[in-house]
Amino acid sequence: MKGNSPILEVRDLLKTFGAVVAAKDINVDISQGEIVGIIGANGAGKTCFVNMVTGYLAPTEGSIKFEGTELIGLETRKITHAGISRSFQVSQVFHSMTVSENLMIALAIANNRGADALSLMDTPDLRSKLDAVLKRYKLEPHRDSTVSALAQGVRKLLDIAMAVVSKPRILLLDEPTSGISVEEKFDFMDIVMGALKEDGVTVLFVEHDMEIVARYVSRVLAFYQGEIIADMPPKKALADEKVQEFVIGKEHHKKRNRT
Amino acid sequence: MFNDKTAKFLLLAAIVICVGGAFAPNWIVNQFMFGFSRALAILGLMVLWRTGLVSFGHAFYFGLGAYAVAILDSEFGVSDVFLRLLAGAVVAGFAGFLIGFIMRNYRDIFFAMLNTAISMVLFGIVVKTESLGSTDGFAISMSTILGFAPETKYPMFVIIMLVGLTAALLVNFYLKTTFGKLTTAIRDNEIRVEYLGFSVAHAIHLKYTISTILAGGAGALMAMSLGQVDPESMINWTVSGELVFVTILAGPGNVIAPFIGSLVFEILRTYAFELAPQAWQLIMGATFLTIIFFLPGGIWSLIEKLGGKKNER
Repeated sequence: MKGNSPILEVRDLLKTFGAVVAAKDINVDISQGEIVGIIGANGAGKTCFVNMVTGYLAPTEGSIKFEGTELIGLETRKITHAGISRSFQVSQVFHSMTVSENLMIALAIANNRGADALSLMDTPDLRSKLDAVLKRYKLEPHRDSTVSALAQGVRKLLDIAMAVVSKPRILLLDEPTSGISVEEKFDFMDIVMGALKEDGVTVLFVEHDMEIVARYVSRVLAFYQGEIIADMPPKKALADEKVQEFVIGKEHHKKRNRT
Repeated sequence: MFNDKTAKFLLLAAIVICVGGAFAPNWIVNQFMFGFSRALAILGLMVLWRTGLVSFGHAFYFGLGAYAVAILDSEFGVSDVFLRLLAGAVVAGFAGFLIGFIMRNYRDIFFAMLNTAISMVLFGIVVKTESLGSTDGFAISMSTILGFAPETKYPMFVIIMLVGLTAALLVNFYLKTTFGKLTTAIRDNEIRVEYLGFSVAHAIHLKYTISTILAGGAGALMAMSLGQVDPESMINWTVSGELVFVTILAGPGNVIAPFIGSLVFEILRTYAFELAPQAWQLIMGATFLTIIFFLPGGIWSLIEKLGGKKNER
Protein backbone atom coordinates (compact mmCIF):
# COMPACT_ATOMS: atom_id res chain seq x y z
CA MET A 1 0.00 0.00 0.00
CA LYS A 2 1.14 3.54 -0.73
CA GLY A 3 1.41 5.83 2.24
CA ASN A 4 -1.47 8.14 1.34
CA SER A 5 -3.78 5.83 -0.60
CA PRO A 6 -7.08 5.16 1.16
CA ILE A 7 -7.45 1.99 3.22
CA LEU A 8 -11.23 1.96 2.61
CA GLU A 9 -12.88 3.17 -0.61
CA VAL A 10 -16.66 3.39 -0.80
CA ARG A 11 -18.21 4.19 -4.16
CA ASP A 12 -21.81 4.95 -5.17
CA LEU A 13 -23.28 2.92 -2.34
CA LEU A 14 -27.04 2.42 -2.45
CA LYS A 15 -29.27 0.47 -0.10
CA THR A 16 -33.01 0.20 -0.51
CA PHE A 17 -35.64 -1.75 1.40
CA GLY A 18 -38.50 -1.87 -1.09
CA ALA A 19 -39.45 1.75 -1.71
CA VAL A 20 -37.43 3.00 1.25
CA VAL A 21 -33.97 4.35 0.46
CA ALA A 22 -31.74 3.77 3.47
CA ALA A 23 -28.49 4.92 1.84
CA LYS A 24 -27.64 6.54 -1.48
CA ASP A 25 -24.72 8.14 -3.33
CA ILE A 26 -22.27 7.31 -0.59
CA ASN A 27 -18.76 8.03 -1.75
CA VAL A 28 -16.01 8.18 0.83
CA ASP A 29 -12.31 7.38 1.24
CA ILE A 30 -10.83 6.57 4.62
CA SER A 31 -7.07 6.80 5.18
CA GLN A 32 -4.94 4.71 7.51
CA GLY A 33 -4.98 6.02 11.09
CA GLU A 34 -7.96 8.35 10.72
CA ILE A 35 -10.48 8.67 13.54
CA VAL A 36 -13.82 9.36 11.85
CA GLY A 37 -17.05 10.28 13.58
CA ILE A 38 -20.29 9.32 11.87
CA ILE A 39 -23.14 11.55 12.95
CA GLY A 40 -26.77 11.96 12.00
CA ALA A 41 -30.29 11.83 13.39
CA ASN A 42 -32.06 8.50 14.00
CA GLY A 43 -32.73 6.77 10.68
CA ALA A 44 -30.18 8.89 8.80
CA GLY A 45 -28.31 5.79 7.57
CA LYS A 46 -25.34 5.66 9.97
CA THR A 47 -25.78 2.10 11.23
CA CYS A 48 -26.88 1.01 7.76
CA PHE A 49 -23.49 2.24 6.47
CA VAL A 50 -21.62 0.39 9.23
CA ASN A 51 -23.66 -2.75 8.55
CA MET A 52 -22.83 -2.62 4.84
CA VAL A 53 -19.09 -2.16 5.43
CA THR A 54 -19.02 -5.08 7.88
CA GLY A 55 -21.11 -7.42 5.71
CA TYR A 56 -24.23 -7.51 7.91
CA LEU A 57 -26.26 -5.93 5.09
CA ALA A 58 -25.68 -6.38 1.37
CA PRO A 59 -25.76 -3.06 -0.54
CA THR A 60 -28.22 -2.80 -3.43
CA GLU A 61 -25.54 -1.16 -5.59
CA GLY A 62 -22.03 0.19 -5.24
CA SER A 63 -18.60 -0.92 -4.18
CA ILE A 64 -16.68 -1.15 -0.90
CA LYS A 65 -12.97 -1.83 -1.25
CA PHE A 66 -10.65 -2.51 1.65
CA GLU A 67 -6.97 -2.25 0.72
CA GLY A 68 -8.05 -2.76 -2.89
CA THR A 69 -10.13 -5.90 -2.21
CA GLU A 70 -13.87 -5.81 -2.89
CA LEU A 71 -15.81 -6.59 0.29
CA ILE A 72 -19.29 -6.88 -1.19
CA GLY A 73 -20.40 -10.49 -1.27
CA LEU A 74 -17.96 -11.56 1.44
CA GLU A 75 -19.33 -13.24 4.55
CA THR A 76 -18.98 -11.32 7.80
CA ARG A 77 -16.25 -13.59 9.09
CA LYS A 78 -14.23 -13.18 5.89
CA ILE A 79 -14.45 -9.41 6.37
CA THR A 80 -13.13 -9.92 9.90
CA HIS A 81 -10.28 -12.04 8.49
CA ALA A 82 -9.54 -9.24 5.99
CA GLY A 83 -8.96 -6.83 8.87
CA ILE A 84 -12.26 -5.06 9.64
CA SER A 85 -13.88 -5.50 13.02
CA ARG A 86 -16.81 -3.93 14.78
CA SER A 87 -18.64 -3.42 18.05
CA PHE A 88 -22.39 -3.06 18.43
CA GLN A 89 -24.86 -0.57 19.82
CA VAL A 90 -26.14 -3.34 22.09
CA SER A 91 -23.09 -5.24 23.33
CA GLN A 92 -22.72 -8.59 21.60
CA VAL A 93 -20.96 -10.71 24.19
CA PHE A 94 -21.36 -14.17 25.71
CA HIS A 95 -23.61 -13.34 28.65
CA SER A 96 -23.39 -16.61 30.56
CA MET A 97 -19.58 -16.57 30.59
CA THR A 98 -17.06 -14.57 32.57
CA VAL A 99 -15.12 -11.63 31.13
CA SER A 100 -11.99 -13.82 30.93
CA GLU A 101 -13.83 -16.60 29.12
CA ASN A 102 -15.26 -14.10 26.61
CA LEU A 103 -11.83 -12.72 25.85
CA MET A 104 -10.19 -16.17 25.77
CA ILE A 105 -12.65 -17.26 23.09
CA ALA A 106 -12.01 -14.08 21.09
CA LEU A 107 -8.24 -14.57 21.42
CA ALA A 108 -8.48 -18.27 20.56
CA ILE A 109 -10.49 -17.59 17.41
CA ALA A 110 -8.05 -14.87 16.37
CA ASN A 111 -5.05 -17.16 16.93
CA ASN A 112 -6.40 -20.65 16.11
CA ARG A 113 -8.08 -20.60 12.73
CA GLY A 114 -8.55 -23.67 10.54
CA ALA A 115 -7.22 -26.96 11.90
CA ASP A 116 -5.65 -25.11 14.86
CA ALA A 117 -9.18 -24.73 16.24
CA LEU A 118 -8.84 -28.35 17.35
CA SER A 119 -5.93 -27.53 19.62
CA LEU A 120 -6.31 -26.76 23.33
CA MET A 121 -7.66 -23.27 23.95
CA ASP A 122 -6.21 -22.56 27.37
CA THR A 123 -2.48 -22.17 26.70
CA PRO A 124 0.13 -20.06 28.57
CA ASP A 125 0.56 -17.91 25.45
CA LEU A 126 -3.16 -17.04 25.29
CA ARG A 127 -3.23 -16.51 29.08
CA SER A 128 -0.51 -13.86 28.82
CA LYS A 129 -2.35 -12.20 25.92
CA LEU A 130 -5.53 -12.26 28.02
CA ASP A 131 -3.76 -10.51 30.90
CA ALA A 132 -2.51 -7.82 28.51
CA VAL A 133 -6.01 -7.17 27.08
CA LEU A 134 -7.59 -7.09 30.55
CA LYS A 135 -4.99 -4.56 31.66
CA ARG A 136 -5.24 -2.38 28.56
CA TYR A 137 -9.04 -2.13 28.76
CA LYS A 138 -9.07 -1.86 32.56
CA LEU A 139 -11.15 -5.01 32.86
CA GLU A 140 -8.95 -6.71 35.47
CA PRO A 141 -11.36 -6.11 38.40
CA HIS A 142 -14.09 -7.89 36.43
CA ARG A 143 -12.07 -10.78 35.01
CA ASP A 144 -13.99 -13.49 36.88
CA SER A 145 -17.40 -11.78 36.81
CA THR A 146 -20.19 -13.25 34.72
CA VAL A 147 -21.11 -10.79 31.95
CA SER A 148 -24.85 -10.81 32.72
CA ALA A 149 -24.05 -9.33 36.14
CA LEU A 150 -21.95 -6.45 34.78
CA ALA A 151 -22.82 -2.78 34.24
CA GLN A 152 -23.50 -1.60 30.69
CA GLY A 153 -20.21 0.34 30.48
CA VAL A 154 -18.13 -2.72 31.33
CA ARG A 155 -20.03 -4.81 28.77
CA LYS A 156 -19.34 -2.16 26.14
CA LEU A 157 -15.64 -2.17 26.99
CA LEU A 158 -15.62 -5.96 26.74
CA ASP A 159 -17.46 -5.83 23.40
CA ILE A 160 -14.82 -3.47 22.00
CA ALA A 161 -11.92 -5.42 23.52
CA MET A 162 -13.26 -8.61 21.89
CA ALA A 163 -13.49 -6.87 18.53
CA VAL A 164 -9.91 -5.64 18.78
CA VAL A 165 -8.07 -8.84 19.72
CA SER A 166 -8.04 -9.95 16.08
CA LYS A 167 -5.81 -6.90 15.43
CA PRO A 168 -8.08 -5.24 12.85
CA ARG A 169 -6.83 -2.39 10.70
CA ILE A 170 -10.25 -0.75 10.74
CA LEU A 171 -12.60 -0.79 13.70
CA LEU A 172 -16.20 0.37 13.44
CA LEU A 173 -17.91 1.27 16.70
CA ASP A 174 -21.66 1.65 16.71
CA GLU A 175 -22.61 4.21 19.36
CA PRO A 176 -19.92 3.21 21.85
CA THR A 177 -21.17 5.54 24.60
CA SER A 178 -24.89 4.77 24.39
CA GLY A 179 -26.17 3.58 27.75
CA ILE A 180 -23.15 4.97 29.57
CA SER A 181 -23.64 7.70 32.15
CA VAL A 182 -22.51 11.28 31.44
CA GLU A 183 -19.93 11.06 34.25
CA GLU A 184 -18.38 7.91 32.83
CA LYS A 185 -18.42 8.58 29.09
CA PHE A 186 -15.10 10.46 28.83
CA ASP A 187 -13.24 7.97 31.03
CA PHE A 188 -14.71 5.21 28.88
CA MET A 189 -13.66 6.85 25.61
CA ASP A 190 -10.19 7.67 27.00
CA ILE A 191 -9.62 3.98 27.69
CA VAL A 192 -10.92 2.91 24.28
CA MET A 193 -9.28 5.58 22.13
CA GLY A 194 -6.01 5.37 24.07
CA ALA A 195 -5.79 1.62 23.40
CA LEU A 196 -6.77 1.97 19.74
CA LYS A 197 -4.31 4.81 19.06
CA GLU A 198 -1.49 2.70 20.52
CA ASP A 199 -2.32 0.00 17.97
CA GLY A 200 -2.66 2.49 15.11
CA VAL A 201 -6.17 1.25 14.30
CA THR A 202 -8.29 3.31 11.90
CA VAL A 203 -11.56 4.01 13.71
CA LEU A 204 -15.01 4.92 12.43
CA PHE A 205 -17.58 5.45 15.11
CA VAL A 206 -21.25 6.30 15.08
CA GLU A 207 -22.05 8.81 17.77
CA HIS A 208 -24.94 11.04 18.86
CA ASP A 209 -22.96 12.87 21.53
CA MET A 210 -21.36 15.91 19.88
CA GLU A 211 -19.01 16.48 22.85
CA ILE A 212 -17.53 13.06 22.21
CA VAL A 213 -17.29 13.78 18.49
CA ALA A 214 -15.59 17.14 19.02
CA ARG A 215 -13.07 15.65 21.44
CA TYR A 216 -11.96 12.45 19.75
CA VAL A 217 -12.37 12.56 15.98
CA SER A 218 -10.22 14.06 13.23
CA ARG A 219 -12.99 13.99 10.62
CA VAL A 220 -16.78 13.95 10.59
CA LEU A 221 -19.18 12.25 8.18
CA ALA A 222 -22.67 13.71 8.66
CA PHE A 223 -25.59 11.61 7.38
CA TYR A 224 -29.05 12.85 6.49
CA GLN A 225 -31.72 10.72 4.82
CA GLY A 226 -29.18 8.15 3.72
CA GLU A 227 -26.73 10.64 2.19
CA ILE A 228 -23.51 12.19 3.39
CA ILE A 229 -24.21 15.91 3.69
CA ALA A 230 -20.88 16.90 5.22
CA ASP A 231 -17.39 15.40 5.21
CA MET A 232 -14.99 17.72 7.05
CA PRO A 233 -13.01 18.29 10.28
CA PRO A 234 -15.17 18.31 13.44
CA LYS A 235 -14.96 22.04 14.24
CA LYS A 236 -16.01 22.98 10.74
CA ALA A 237 -18.70 20.28 10.61
CA LEU A 238 -20.32 21.28 13.91
CA ALA A 239 -20.50 24.88 12.67
CA ASP A 240 -21.83 23.92 9.24
CA GLU A 241 -25.33 25.21 8.44
CA LYS A 242 -26.59 21.92 7.00
CA VAL A 243 -25.21 19.89 9.88
CA GLN A 244 -26.80 22.28 12.36
CA GLU A 245 -30.14 22.09 10.64
CA PHE A 246 -30.35 18.37 9.78
CA VAL A 247 -28.12 16.66 12.32
CA ILE A 248 -27.71 18.68 15.51
CA GLY A 249 -31.00 20.58 15.22
CA LYS A 250 -31.13 24.40 15.08
CA GLU A 251 -32.97 24.72 18.38
CA HIS A 252 -30.31 22.71 20.13
CA HIS A 253 -27.61 24.85 18.54
CA LYS A 254 -29.30 28.09 19.56
CA LYS A 255 -29.67 26.82 23.12
CA ARG A 256 -25.97 25.95 23.21
CA ASN A 257 -25.02 29.43 21.94
CA ARG A 258 -27.16 31.10 24.61
CA THR A 259 -25.51 29.19 27.46
CA MET B 1 -5.63 -35.52 27.44
CA PHE B 2 -5.05 -37.30 30.75
CA ASN B 3 -3.91 -34.45 32.95
CA ASP B 4 -7.17 -33.09 34.26
CA LYS B 5 -9.43 -34.29 37.08
CA THR B 6 -12.15 -35.60 34.77
CA ALA B 7 -9.72 -37.70 32.72
CA LYS B 8 -8.09 -39.12 35.85
CA PHE B 9 -11.49 -39.97 37.33
CA LEU B 10 -12.59 -41.63 34.09
CA LEU B 11 -9.47 -43.80 33.97
CA LEU B 12 -9.86 -44.83 37.61
CA ALA B 13 -13.59 -45.50 37.22
CA ALA B 14 -13.00 -47.62 34.10
CA ILE B 15 -10.45 -49.79 35.95
CA VAL B 16 -12.74 -50.21 38.97
CA ILE B 17 -15.78 -51.05 36.81
CA CYS B 18 -13.86 -53.49 34.61
CA VAL B 19 -12.44 -55.30 37.65
CA GLY B 20 -15.79 -55.16 39.48
CA GLY B 21 -17.60 -56.53 36.44
CA ALA B 22 -15.64 -59.78 36.68
CA PHE B 23 -17.29 -60.51 40.03
CA ALA B 24 -20.68 -58.86 39.48
CA PRO B 25 -23.88 -60.84 38.88
CA ASN B 26 -25.19 -61.04 35.34
CA TRP B 27 -28.00 -58.52 35.83
CA ILE B 28 -25.56 -55.82 36.95
CA VAL B 29 -23.28 -56.54 33.99
CA ASN B 30 -26.32 -56.15 31.70
CA GLN B 31 -27.32 -52.83 33.28
CA PHE B 32 -23.82 -51.47 32.70
CA MET B 33 -23.67 -52.77 29.14
CA PHE B 34 -27.01 -51.25 28.13
CA GLY B 35 -26.46 -48.07 30.15
CA PHE B 36 -22.96 -47.35 28.87
CA SER B 37 -23.88 -48.24 25.28
CA ARG B 38 -26.64 -45.62 25.38
CA ALA B 39 -24.31 -43.18 27.15
CA LEU B 40 -22.35 -42.69 23.93
CA ALA B 41 -25.43 -41.21 22.26
CA ILE B 42 -26.07 -39.05 25.35
CA LEU B 43 -22.50 -37.76 25.16
CA GLY B 44 -23.23 -36.50 21.62
CA LEU B 45 -26.54 -34.96 22.64
CA MET B 46 -24.74 -33.24 25.51
CA VAL B 47 -22.38 -31.54 23.04
CA LEU B 48 -25.40 -30.34 21.04
CA TRP B 49 -27.30 -29.25 24.17
CA ARG B 50 -24.34 -27.14 25.31
CA THR B 51 -24.63 -25.39 21.95
CA GLY B 52 -28.32 -24.73 22.65
CA LEU B 53 -29.53 -27.41 20.25
CA VAL B 54 -31.83 -30.30 21.18
CA SER B 55 -32.43 -33.13 18.71
CA PHE B 56 -35.62 -35.14 19.01
CA GLY B 57 -34.49 -37.46 16.23
CA HIS B 58 -31.16 -39.01 17.15
CA ALA B 59 -32.81 -42.44 17.17
CA PHE B 60 -32.25 -42.15 13.42
CA TYR B 61 -28.48 -42.41 13.93
CA PHE B 62 -28.83 -44.83 16.83
CA GLY B 63 -30.93 -47.05 14.56
CA LEU B 64 -28.57 -46.64 11.61
CA GLY B 65 -25.69 -47.84 13.80
CA ALA B 66 -27.71 -50.80 15.04
CA TYR B 67 -28.98 -51.82 11.60
CA ALA B 68 -25.50 -51.42 10.09
CA VAL B 69 -24.33 -54.11 12.53
CA ALA B 70 -27.34 -56.30 11.72
CA ILE B 71 -26.89 -56.00 7.94
CA LEU B 72 -23.14 -56.56 8.20
CA ASP B 73 -23.93 -59.75 10.12
CA SER B 74 -26.79 -61.08 7.96
CA GLU B 75 -25.41 -60.08 4.55
CA PHE B 76 -21.64 -60.37 4.99
CA GLY B 77 -21.27 -62.57 8.06
CA VAL B 78 -19.06 -60.00 9.83
CA SER B 79 -18.98 -60.78 13.54
CA ASP B 80 -15.91 -58.88 14.75
CA VAL B 81 -16.94 -56.41 17.43
CA PHE B 82 -14.55 -53.70 16.26
CA LEU B 83 -15.58 -53.90 12.62
CA ARG B 84 -19.23 -53.83 13.66
CA LEU B 85 -18.67 -50.83 15.91
CA LEU B 86 -16.70 -49.03 13.21
CA ALA B 87 -19.43 -49.73 10.63
CA GLY B 88 -22.17 -48.40 12.96
CA ALA B 89 -20.25 -45.22 13.74
CA VAL B 90 -19.13 -44.60 10.14
CA VAL B 91 -22.58 -45.18 8.57
CA ALA B 92 -24.30 -42.93 11.11
CA GLY B 93 -21.51 -40.35 10.96
CA PHE B 94 -21.60 -40.20 7.16
CA ALA B 95 -25.39 -39.78 7.19
CA GLY B 96 -25.01 -37.15 9.91
CA PHE B 97 -22.37 -35.30 7.89
CA LEU B 98 -24.67 -35.17 4.84
CA ILE B 99 -27.80 -34.23 6.80
CA GLY B 100 -25.69 -31.73 8.75
CA PHE B 101 -25.61 -29.48 5.67
CA ILE B 102 -29.35 -28.97 6.22
CA MET B 103 -29.39 -29.04 10.02
CA ARG B 104 -26.72 -26.36 10.45
CA ASN B 105 -29.17 -23.81 9.06
CA TYR B 106 -31.89 -24.49 11.64
CA ARG B 107 -32.26 -23.69 15.31
CA ASP B 108 -34.64 -24.27 18.22
CA ILE B 109 -37.86 -26.19 17.55
CA PHE B 110 -37.12 -26.44 13.81
CA PHE B 111 -33.82 -28.19 14.49
CA ALA B 112 -35.48 -30.52 17.00
CA MET B 113 -38.44 -31.46 14.82
CA LEU B 114 -36.54 -31.71 11.53
CA ASN B 115 -34.48 -34.43 13.18
CA THR B 116 -37.69 -36.14 14.30
CA ALA B 117 -39.09 -36.00 10.79
CA ILE B 118 -35.97 -37.62 9.33
CA SER B 119 -36.00 -40.39 11.95
CA MET B 120 -39.68 -41.09 11.22
CA VAL B 121 -38.87 -41.54 7.54
CA LEU B 122 -36.28 -44.20 8.38
CA PHE B 123 -38.71 -45.84 10.83
CA GLY B 124 -41.35 -45.97 8.11
CA ILE B 125 -38.92 -47.49 5.60
CA VAL B 126 -37.64 -50.16 8.01
CA VAL B 127 -41.14 -51.10 9.20
CA LYS B 128 -42.26 -51.64 5.59
CA THR B 129 -39.13 -53.49 4.43
CA GLU B 130 -39.34 -57.24 4.87
CA SER B 131 -35.67 -57.82 4.12
CA LEU B 132 -34.90 -55.63 7.16
CA GLY B 133 -37.17 -57.72 9.35
CA SER B 134 -40.08 -55.31 9.19
CA THR B 135 -41.65 -54.65 12.62
CA ASP B 136 -40.06 -57.76 14.16
CA GLY B 137 -36.48 -56.87 13.29
CA PHE B 138 -33.93 -59.67 13.37
CA ALA B 139 -31.39 -61.39 15.55
CA ILE B 140 -27.66 -60.72 15.45
CA SER B 141 -25.06 -63.41 16.03
CA MET B 142 -22.74 -63.17 19.03
CA SER B 143 -19.83 -60.81 18.41
CA THR B 144 -16.31 -62.14 18.19
CA ILE B 145 -13.22 -60.28 19.38
CA LEU B 146 -10.35 -60.41 16.87
CA GLY B 147 -11.34 -63.97 15.92
CA PHE B 148 -11.97 -65.15 19.46
CA ALA B 149 -15.55 -66.13 20.38
CA PRO B 150 -16.18 -65.29 24.03
CA GLU B 151 -18.27 -67.68 26.13
CA THR B 152 -19.43 -65.09 28.62
CA LYS B 153 -20.60 -61.48 28.38
CA TYR B 154 -17.62 -60.19 30.30
CA PRO B 155 -15.27 -59.50 27.34
CA MET B 156 -18.06 -57.51 25.62
CA PHE B 157 -18.67 -55.69 28.90
CA VAL B 158 -14.99 -54.69 29.05
CA ILE B 159 -15.03 -53.52 25.42
CA ILE B 160 -18.10 -51.33 26.04
CA MET B 161 -16.38 -49.82 29.09
CA LEU B 162 -13.21 -49.12 27.07
CA VAL B 163 -15.14 -47.64 24.14
CA GLY B 164 -17.07 -45.46 26.59
CA LEU B 165 -13.82 -44.37 28.25
CA THR B 166 -12.19 -43.52 24.92
CA ALA B 167 -15.23 -41.56 23.73
CA ALA B 168 -15.48 -39.65 27.02
CA LEU B 169 -11.76 -38.76 26.96
CA LEU B 170 -11.97 -37.60 23.35
CA VAL B 171 -15.08 -35.48 23.96
CA ASN B 172 -13.50 -34.10 27.14
CA PHE B 173 -10.46 -33.05 25.10
CA TYR B 174 -12.66 -31.66 22.30
CA LEU B 175 -14.59 -29.49 24.77
CA LYS B 176 -11.30 -27.87 25.81
CA THR B 177 -10.30 -26.92 22.26
CA THR B 178 -11.29 -23.68 20.54
CA PHE B 179 -13.94 -25.58 18.56
CA GLY B 180 -15.25 -27.20 21.74
CA LYS B 181 -15.30 -23.98 23.75
CA LEU B 182 -17.53 -22.47 21.09
CA THR B 183 -20.44 -24.64 22.27
CA THR B 184 -21.62 -22.21 24.94
CA ALA B 185 -20.47 -19.21 22.92
CA ILE B 186 -22.74 -20.17 20.02
CA ARG B 187 -25.64 -20.76 22.40
CA ASP B 188 -25.11 -17.30 23.90
CA ASN B 189 -24.47 -15.20 20.81
CA GLU B 190 -24.04 -16.43 17.24
CA ILE B 191 -23.56 -12.91 15.86
CA ARG B 192 -20.49 -12.31 17.99
CA VAL B 193 -18.98 -15.67 17.02
CA GLU B 194 -19.36 -14.77 13.33
CA TYR B 195 -17.88 -11.31 13.84
CA LEU B 196 -14.95 -12.81 15.72
CA GLY B 197 -14.22 -14.60 12.47
CA PHE B 198 -15.58 -18.11 13.04
CA SER B 199 -18.26 -19.84 11.02
CA VAL B 200 -21.17 -20.83 13.27
CA ALA B 201 -22.49 -23.14 10.54
CA HIS B 202 -19.18 -25.02 10.35
CA ALA B 203 -18.96 -25.32 14.11
CA ILE B 204 -22.54 -26.64 14.37
CA HIS B 205 -21.93 -29.02 11.47
CA LEU B 206 -18.92 -30.51 13.24
CA LYS B 207 -20.77 -30.84 16.55
CA TYR B 208 -23.73 -32.44 14.80
CA THR B 209 -21.49 -34.93 12.98
CA ILE B 210 -19.70 -35.82 16.23
CA SER B 211 -23.08 -36.41 17.89
CA THR B 212 -24.19 -38.70 15.04
CA ILE B 213 -20.97 -40.75 15.12
CA LEU B 214 -21.49 -41.25 18.84
CA ALA B 215 -25.18 -42.13 18.37
CA GLY B 216 -24.24 -44.64 15.64
CA GLY B 217 -21.60 -46.18 17.91
CA ALA B 218 -24.17 -46.35 20.70
CA GLY B 219 -26.66 -48.12 18.42
CA ALA B 220 -24.00 -50.61 17.29
CA LEU B 221 -22.99 -51.42 20.86
CA MET B 222 -26.63 -51.72 21.95
CA ALA B 223 -27.42 -54.06 19.05
CA MET B 224 -24.46 -56.26 19.94
CA SER B 225 -25.40 -56.22 23.65
CA LEU B 226 -29.03 -57.14 22.99
CA GLY B 227 -28.28 -59.55 20.14
CA GLN B 228 -31.09 -58.17 18.03
CA VAL B 229 -32.48 -55.09 16.31
CA ASP B 230 -36.03 -53.92 15.75
CA PRO B 231 -37.46 -50.56 14.66
CA GLU B 232 -39.59 -50.01 17.76
CA SER B 233 -36.70 -50.09 20.21
CA MET B 234 -34.03 -48.67 17.89
CA ILE B 235 -35.50 -46.03 15.56
CA ASN B 236 -38.96 -44.99 16.76
CA TRP B 237 -39.44 -41.41 17.94
CA THR B 238 -39.94 -42.71 21.49
CA VAL B 239 -36.28 -43.77 21.45
CA SER B 240 -35.29 -40.21 20.51
CA GLY B 241 -37.43 -38.96 23.41
CA GLU B 242 -35.73 -41.44 25.69
CA LEU B 243 -32.29 -40.16 24.64
CA VAL B 244 -33.34 -36.56 25.36
CA PHE B 245 -34.82 -37.72 28.71
CA VAL B 246 -31.50 -39.27 29.73
CA THR B 247 -29.56 -36.18 28.54
CA ILE B 248 -31.67 -33.97 30.81
CA LEU B 249 -31.49 -36.51 33.64
CA ALA B 250 -27.68 -36.58 33.34
CA GLY B 251 -27.07 -32.84 32.87
CA PRO B 252 -24.56 -31.15 30.54
CA GLY B 253 -21.98 -30.25 33.19
CA ASN B 254 -19.35 -32.92 32.50
CA VAL B 255 -18.59 -35.85 30.18
CA ILE B 256 -18.96 -38.22 33.13
CA ALA B 257 -22.64 -37.22 33.50
CA PRO B 258 -24.00 -39.18 30.48
CA PHE B 259 -22.59 -42.42 31.92
CA ILE B 260 -24.09 -41.82 35.36
CA GLY B 261 -27.40 -40.63 33.88
CA SER B 262 -27.63 -43.58 31.53
CA LEU B 263 -26.95 -46.07 34.28
CA VAL B 264 -29.48 -44.42 36.59
CA PHE B 265 -32.03 -44.52 33.75
CA GLU B 266 -31.47 -48.26 33.15
CA ILE B 267 -31.81 -49.09 36.84
CA LEU B 268 -34.81 -46.78 37.25
CA ARG B 269 -36.61 -48.28 34.28
CA THR B 270 -35.91 -51.86 35.38
CA TYR B 271 -37.23 -51.26 38.89
CA ALA B 272 -40.16 -49.13 37.73
CA PHE B 273 -41.21 -51.98 35.44
CA GLU B 274 -40.79 -54.54 38.20
CA LEU B 275 -42.73 -52.42 40.68
CA ALA B 276 -45.58 -51.36 38.39
CA PRO B 277 -45.62 -53.32 35.09
CA GLN B 278 -48.75 -51.49 33.94
CA ALA B 279 -47.76 -48.00 35.08
CA TRP B 280 -43.98 -47.85 34.94
CA GLN B 281 -44.19 -44.76 32.72
CA LEU B 282 -45.82 -42.96 35.65
CA ILE B 283 -42.69 -43.45 37.73
CA MET B 284 -40.45 -42.35 34.85
CA GLY B 285 -42.61 -39.26 34.25
CA ALA B 286 -42.60 -38.32 37.93
CA THR B 287 -38.79 -38.65 37.96
CA PHE B 288 -38.54 -36.43 34.90
CA LEU B 289 -40.73 -33.77 36.53
CA THR B 290 -38.67 -33.91 39.71
CA ILE B 291 -35.46 -33.39 37.72
CA ILE B 292 -36.89 -30.45 35.77
CA PHE B 293 -38.28 -28.73 38.88
CA PHE B 294 -35.52 -29.40 41.37
CA LEU B 295 -32.41 -30.30 39.36
CA PRO B 296 -32.52 -28.46 36.02
CA GLY B 297 -28.78 -29.06 35.70
CA GLY B 298 -29.40 -32.82 36.00
CA ILE B 299 -27.77 -35.38 38.29
CA TRP B 300 -24.37 -33.84 37.60
CA SER B 301 -25.44 -30.53 39.17
CA LEU B 302 -26.38 -32.45 42.33
CA ILE B 303 -22.95 -34.09 42.37
CA GLU B 304 -21.35 -30.67 41.99
CA LYS B 305 -23.51 -29.21 44.76
CA LEU B 306 -22.57 -32.05 47.06
CA GLY B 307 -18.94 -31.55 46.10
CA GLY B 308 -19.28 -27.77 46.64
CA LYS B 309 -18.29 -26.94 43.07
CA LYS B 310 -19.63 -24.37 40.64
CA ASN B 311 -21.39 -25.71 37.58
CA GLU B 312 -18.82 -25.72 34.76
CA ARG B 313 -21.29 -24.87 32.01
